[in-house]
Amino acid sequence: MNTTQKLLNGKFSLEMQVYGSGEPLLYLHGAGGLMPVEPFLEDLGRHFKVYAPHFPGYGESTGIEHIDDIADAVLFYHELMDELGIPTAYIVGHSMGGMMAAEVAAFDVHRARKLVLIAPAGFWIDEAPIPDLFAAQLTEMAGLLFHDPNSPAARMMTAIPSDFKVLEAMYVERVKRFAAASKFLWPIPDRGLKKRAYRIAAPTLLLWGDDDKLIPPAYAKEFESRIKNSKLEIIRNAGHMVMYEQPEALVGAIRKFLEG
Amino acid sequence: MKFTWFHLMPYRYLPEDFKEKYRSVWVDIPRDLYDPKVGHRLYNDYLDQLEYADAMGFDGLGVNEHHQNAYGLMPSPNIIAAALSRRTRNASLVVLGNSIALYNPPIRVAEEFAMLDVISGGRLVAGFPVGTSMDTNFCYGEIPATLREKYYEAHELIIKAWTAKDVFAFNGKYTKLRYVNLWPRPLQQPHPPVWIPGGGSVETYDFCADHDYQYSFLSYFGYIAGKKVADGYWEVMAKKRKELNPYSLGFAQVVAVSETDQQAEKDYAAHMDYFYNRCLHVYNGFADAPGYRTVKTIKAGILGQVGEQAALRREGLKWKDFIDQGYVIAGSPRTVRERLREAMKSLNCGHLMLLMQIGSMPPELVRKSTTLFATEVMPHMRDLWSNFEDKWSPRRMAQNEIAMPAAVHFQNAQANGNARAGAPGARGATEVRGAK
Repeated sequence: MNTTQKLLNGKFSLEMQVYGSGEPLLYLHGAGGLMPVEPFLEDLGRHFKVYAPHFPGYGESTGIEHIDDIADAVLFYHELMDELGIPTAYIVGHSMGGMMAAEVAAFDVHRARKLVLIAPAGFWIDEAPIPDLFAAQLTEMAGLLFHDPNSPAARMMTAIPSDFKVLEAMYVERVKRFAAASKFLWPIPDRGLKKRAYRIAAPTLLLWGDDDKLIPPAYAKEFESRIKNSKLEIIRNAGHMVMYEQPEALVGAIRKFLEG
Repeated sequence: MKFTWFHLMPYRYLPEDFKEKYRSVWVDIPRDLYDPKVGHRLYNDYLDQLEYADAMGFDGLGVNEHHQNAYGLMPSPNIIAAALSRRTRNASLVVLGNSIALYNPPIRVAEEFAMLDVISGGRLVAGFPVGTSMDTNFCYGEIPATLREKYYEAHELIIKAWTAKDVFAFNGKYTKLRYVNLWPRPLQQPHPPVWIPGGGSVETYDFCADHDYQYSFLSYFGYIAGKKVADGYWEVMAKKRKELNPYSLGFAQVVAVSETDQQAEKDYAAHMDYFYNRCLHVYNGFADAPGYRTVKTIKAGILGQVGEQAALRREGLKWKDFIDQGYVIAGSPRTVRERLREAMKSLNCGHLMLLMQIGSMPPELVRKSTTLFATEVMPHMRDLWSNFEDKWSPRRMAQNEIAMPAAVHFQNAQANGNARAGAPGARGATEVRGAK
């Protein structure tokens, strides 16, 4: 991995993780953001050139004040792709990033060569309300996000550091990230994707943990029925954070779909 | 020194095991805990208490806005202020206030405040809070990241609506209006005094200083803990070379007066406990939505009013601790006089907002405490800050110009043949009603 800084349009300064080489793959992270190193992206980097930008407001990336809504966010990604010299790419997104990836592909149907949506947000079903992640306490997070809240991955992601300075820095970073995410997810993560999803032309793979307690499987069916060229694959023994609970299965499914 | 009698209007009948059984007094509190018939009596008791405070010579009557909670039952404080405007004569109507980012379009606030100002003969204080995170983000669905920007825009629109000489167009990011033309306009010109209630966000100090608004720190931690915020405010004022006028700072304090210090504990301890342990029992996840407080405020280390940290700090506190730590100023008139004077001097505060009905406190105790305060404390504190000019109180019409409500009512209506007037249930003079 190498981390690069990218200036865009004079409005955004971007921190980005870049892995490997090959066909370009743009990865859009979820509301929680990227870890300092992402092993599953490293794995994907053995087969693709992976670009994983921190969304403005996350990490060292700035400029969130220039993004008010989905249209702004989509144009931001279109400009970023042009700036990176990858006007089209495989686009993979998780959760909020899945919602963004779907929007990017719906606004301009030529951007995504293929689309992979991992437990994407973007819809709301009254009969299957999504739990309020913003009101959830750190102690409740593991239960919401993981199939096995006691697994090492779950424990690591939701650990509370004992050093106050570290805790404070972590808290401030979490506030910054969720504040940025709130522009698309608060109070209900529906910004009109259902009006536009029919436009998505790229072959689309939907990946879902069989035990996703945050965005339950009812949403998988909804995405499958609204995106015409899509297929759904369920990953066993995984919650919402598929990439940490079943990384091999996830990378395997993505490779099979993109390389096939 | 000026005194505002401030009502939160809590629900007084939450069950004993409320804290153990339910996670929050705010946002998702079960609605079946509210009995509208009890609510009917409470509103009328509470209006009586505010009207009594007016009669006893308090300078202001304070009300505020909260949603979906048992802590304060005023989703619309303007409705309470409207009721008060007709049955009170002297006190300012301190509406602290309307959470202006929640009104669409925000000129609704400019209109309603203008109505209140005109009806009351220029007695309105206009308060513009951002609003708590529970109210704005969780109950009213405002996006935390843009709440403050929306608030500032609403403020700009309201002030312009009050002061513009002609019809104007407003092209805001959140509100677009082709014709803004306020009818009625406020009686106080150019507009009623503006007080900004805050809970310790550092941006609010600058906002008040830059607009010459009064800053009202609404704290439940009392004057000792509140000093950090007051000092922060005065530091900003000094830096901006503003007059350090005590009347530009308001401070809310729980105050309870009884015959003796011992009697005060007997009278009020249980009700304080109800307030701190039931009325402020807010689920930590609702206390502070991500982005509600700016990173700057978080780093300033100012403690929120509710939530886990606040609860931990209050954990296990008894009456004596509440007194010693300044959460509550209570006791004999003499004790209260001395401590309040010390408190107001240490904060450099000219507008005291008194929380005198607190938690489950019944009407008879509220009346006792209010009477003792008005007769045996207030007169002894009037001299404080007499060398400063209070530029933040309403400039009302002269007494002889103010219209009086007609003294008609039931007798006249009966005389005119309406048999239903004066039937049982029609309210006569104020009386003290007991608990259910």
